Amino acid sequence: MNKVSLIIQREYLTRVKKKSFIVMSIVGPILIAALMIVPAWLAMSDEDSQQIEVIDETGLFINQLESTKEVNFNYPMRSLEEATQELDKGGEYSAVLHIPKVVVSLPKTVQIFYKSKPKGSSIRYMEDQIAKVIEGKKLEDLYNLSLDQISGLRPDVRIVENKINEDGQTEKSAGGLAAGVGFALAFFIYFFIFLFGVQVMRGVIEEKTNRIVEVIISSVKPFQLMMGKIIGIALVAVTQFLIWVVLSGVIVVGVQSFFKEDLTKAKTEQIQQMEQFNPSQTDTANESSFVQKLNSKLQRINFPLVLGCFLFYFIGGYLLYGSLFAAIGSAVDSETDTQQFMLPVTIPLILSIVFAQTVMENPDGALGFWTSLIPFTSPIIMMIRIPVGVPPWELALSMGILILTFIGTTLMAAKIYRTGILMYGKKVNFKEIGKWIFHKS
Amino acid sequence: MEAILKAENIIKQYASHRALDDVSIEVPKQSVFGLLGPNGAGKTSLIRIINQITAPDSGNIWLDGQKLEPKHVEHIGYLPEERGLYKKMEVGEQAMYLAQLKGMSKSEAKAKLKEWFKKFDISPWWNKKVEELSKGMAQKVQFIVTVLHEPKLLILDEPFSGFDPINTNLVKSEILRLKEEGASIILSTHNMGSVEEICEHIALINKSKKILEGNVKQIQQDFKEGIYELKYKGNKIAFTNALWTSCELLDHQEDGDFQIAKIRMGAEKSPNQVLSAIVPEVEVYGLQEIIPSMNDIFIKQVETNSTKEVDHE
Repeated sequence: MNKVSLIIQREYLTRVKKKSFIVMSIVGPILIAALMIVPAWLAMSDEDSQQIEVIDETGLFINQLESTKEVNFNYPMRSLEEATQELDKGGEYSAVLHIPKVVVSLPKTVQIFYKSKPKGSSIRYMEDQIAKVIEGKKLEDLYNLSLDQISGLRPDVRIVENKINEDGQTEKSAGGLAAGVGFALAFFIYFFIFLFGVQVMRGVIEEKTNRIVEVIISSVKPFQLMMGKIIGIALVAVTQFLIWVVLSGVIVVGVQSFFKEDLTKAKTEQIQQMEQFNPSQTDTANESSFVQKLNSKLQRINFPLVLGCFLFYFIGGYLLYGSLFAAIGSAVDSETDTQQFMLPVTIPLILSIVFAQTVMENPDGALGFWTSLIPFTSPIIMMIRIPVGVPPWELALSMGILILTFIGTTLMAAKIYRTGILMYGKKVNFKEIGKWIFHKS
Repeated sequence: MEAILKAENIIKQYASHRALDDVSIEVPKQSVFGLLGPNGAGKTSLIRIINQITAPDSGNIWLDGQKLEPKHVEHIGYLPEERGLYKKMEVGEQAMYLAQLKGMSKSEAKAKLKEWFKKFDISPWWNKKVEELSKGMAQKVQFIVTVLHEPKLLILDEPFSGFDPINTNLVKSEILRLKEEGASIILSTHNMGSVEEICEHIALINKSKKILEGNVKQIQQDFKEGIYELKYKGNKIAFTNALWTSCELLDHQEDGDFQIAKIRMGAEKSPNQVLSAIVPEVEVYGLQEIIPSMNDIFIKQVETNSTKEVDHE
């Protein structure tokens, strides 16, 4: 109706024109982009290699430890005291690796001395290298074999996940990556419901404390005012979301093209390191194969479905919680009085983020199943499960329950709202609100 | 006279108490109708029902001969007692919004608003934020948006609160002008002076019931008790002696050289008879019938109504 659209327009425009909205629109994407770029950038700036001085009392390791770009082994043949003294003075080496004589029988006696801590991955790499040498020595002593001879014995086993879908067809699952995509979207929903749900509440309280509400409801029905507000703010949320997506995309792409070479190098090295944790695995990983893997996994996610569902659960969840927040706002006189009513509304929201971890691990478990049907948690939990794959009947049931519930909460909220907005100076409790809900108009 | 608004046997029950108990009022067309009553009597409940903010449990409302329907909001202008504006919005933008909610088109609202802003001398505020306005300034804006869409029926709840005497007069004259142009006005106020000044009819509501309704002049006539004020010069004892056969002396005061007596005339007596009895004794400077003020009627009615109730219980 025309009047509702007027209300929507006002709610939307006054918020979009606010300074805080503009600031959020700019700061948000910078934060998101920073979250994506900074770790890679930090990895890149960490690039300068660590010079490790090796004090080898056994003589087994000299020139046997493989240096990489990050960890460079040096063998200046000094005593431990000399080396540590020079380390203290700030010599050319950043750490001293001491391998005692007994290392073959007691491999846990290796020590490292440093002034600034080397990366955890570098230390694991050194452990790995030392183990490899000891392994080679033992093989040779016991079986007269060299490491090279058995290197092909241990194959690189990878389990490919296959999911049999409802049509009885097998599809490759995107696995952890899918759950990760789901979690990111679920977190967005959580964040936006909270942020904009509270805005609905504030808007209602503002109208109440400014005493404008009675003027307005002499022109429109309270329900129209409430829905206009909820929808107007929803549009603000969608606008903000789109600005964030576009701007963070621009920033990420911009920064990436600027640092393109450095970044890909840093990424490749990160991958190499990861592969190196597994000693049996040969260093065949390179960037292109990583990107291929990523792409093929991403292709397994049904993006139209995921994005469609994201929109649905975002709007559904927002309407459900938005109406409850509107009801809370109408029942109180100021924001300080909202505490007791906020708690029962926010608990399911917070619980769903707490459950999210478990559901990511086991998307089809009992917890995942039930919490993705319960409408107060389903907008967040179902979003985690969808990219992994959910049977259509479950999805339909979950959506159906959500729709029915938000219709229910909206009607209930409307009853609370209608009475609450005209109630001043009265401390309201749950019993009182119950009366409002069940009182006939 | 034809009625713009008829409320018939309105009952409104809240959980614990009855806010309106079988209340009927009739507001004549093109008049100012005072809706009076102590705090909590049920005036606001009735006003909200007329504005369709709440619905009555039983009873009917007729606006200009038609049963009240949602579309009628465009013919009613309502200035609630608890009134405010969006603090962060600009004055003009806000006035436009409220006008459009009443069904006015954008261009029509703008033209009319400009006119009214000029009349109320507030044109420079168009782009100011409401929070920058003083209370009186905000009241002016609220009054304008209430009357802007030229409603048939105006409902003004304490319209003068927050105005200085100059602006009170401005608003009063605007109310009377709107009446001349054909609007009917329901005025709810505790300011009895303005009731006598501008209301033609009143209804008095107390404890959810209507206890009095009618023409203001008529009510005042009905409530007069034959009390006169007599101003004279002369001997007080001679005066009382001359008086005692015909009247009851209620009060006697000296005011400089003059004596002022309040007397209640006997039922059969006329002012002339009284005068002819006292003129030989003292020098009379004035005799005036005391018309009860609306304030006195209000207090008296509410009090007797309350004691009656106590008697019943």
